[in-house]
Amino acid sequence: MRRITPLLWLLFSAGGTVAALLFPVHLFLTGLAVPLGWLEAPGYESLHTLLRHPVTRLYLLALIALPLFHWAHRFRYTLYDGLQVKHLTALIVVLCYGTALVGTALAAYTLWSVP
Amino acid sequence: MSPQAEGRPIDPHYTLYHPRWYRRRVSVWWWLQNRAYAGFVLRELTSVFVAFFAVILLWQVRALVQGPEAYARFLVRLGTPLFLGLHGLAFLFVLFHAVTWFNLAPAAMAVRVSGRRVPDWVIVGLNYGAWLVLSGAVAVILLRG
Repeated sequence: MRRITPLLWLLFSAGGTVAALLFPVHLFLTGLAVPLGWLEAPGYESLHTLLRHPVTRLYLLALIALPLFHWAHRFRYTLYDGLQVKHLTALIVVLCYGTALVGTALAAYTLWSVP
Repeated sequence: MSPQAEGRPIDPHYTLYHPRWYRRRVSVWWWLQNRAYAGFVLRELTSVFVAFFAVILLWQVRALVQGPEAYARFLVRLGTPLFLGLHGLAFLFVLFHAVTWFNLAPAAMAVRVSGRRVPDWVIVGLNYGAWLVLSGAVAVILLRG
C-alpha cells in the first residue's frame, strides 16, 4: 500500500483537476439545461457519431475514470475523519479503490464496445 | 491468586489493569460547530457528487452504445424530479469543488520561472481561464448536434 501511495495521490489530483475543469459544464448541460428544456438536446445520431471517434472515447475514459479515483482517495479520508472508523482501514481502502477500479473497467469495456 | 491470599502486602500504586485514559467522545457532527470545519467537511463531501456524476456519464455512454431507444429512456429518466433534484444539488457541490480546487492550486504546485516563483494570482487566473475555455469548447462540441 505504501509503495503505491504516490500513484494514488497522482490519480487523486489528476481526477480533481478533470472534475473541476469539465464536470460543471457537462453536469449543467446534460443534467439541468437539456432536461429542463433550456437548450435543445443534441440528437442521438450526432452524439453517436461523436462517440465513434477514438479521441472522444479516450476523453470519456479519462472523464469517467480519473474522477472516480479522485473520489476514492478523498472519500477514504472523509470516512476516517467524519465517521471515526480508522480501525476499518483495510475494508475502506478495498471498497473505495475497488469501486473506482470496477467503474474504470466498466467504462473501458463500454467504450471499447462502441460499434 | 490475589496478593492478600499469598500474604504479600498490597501495593497501592500497582494495578493489574492498564489505566483507561480520559478521553472525551467526539460527536460525529463535530464539524458543524465551526464555519471553517463545516467548509472543510463540505469540500470533502464534494467527492461523493463527483463520483455520482461520473456514474451518470458512464450510464449515458452505455445508453448511447445500446441504441436510440435506450438513449431516449435515459433522457426521460433525467427529466424526472428525482434526477433534476440530484443534479441541482450535485451541480452546487461540483461548483464548490471547482472553486476550492482552483483556489488551492498555487499551494499544491509552486511554479518557478527562471528562478522566481510565479505569483499565486497568476496560477489561479490561469486555472479559471482554462475552465472558461474548456467549458465553452465542450458546450460547442456537445450542442452543435
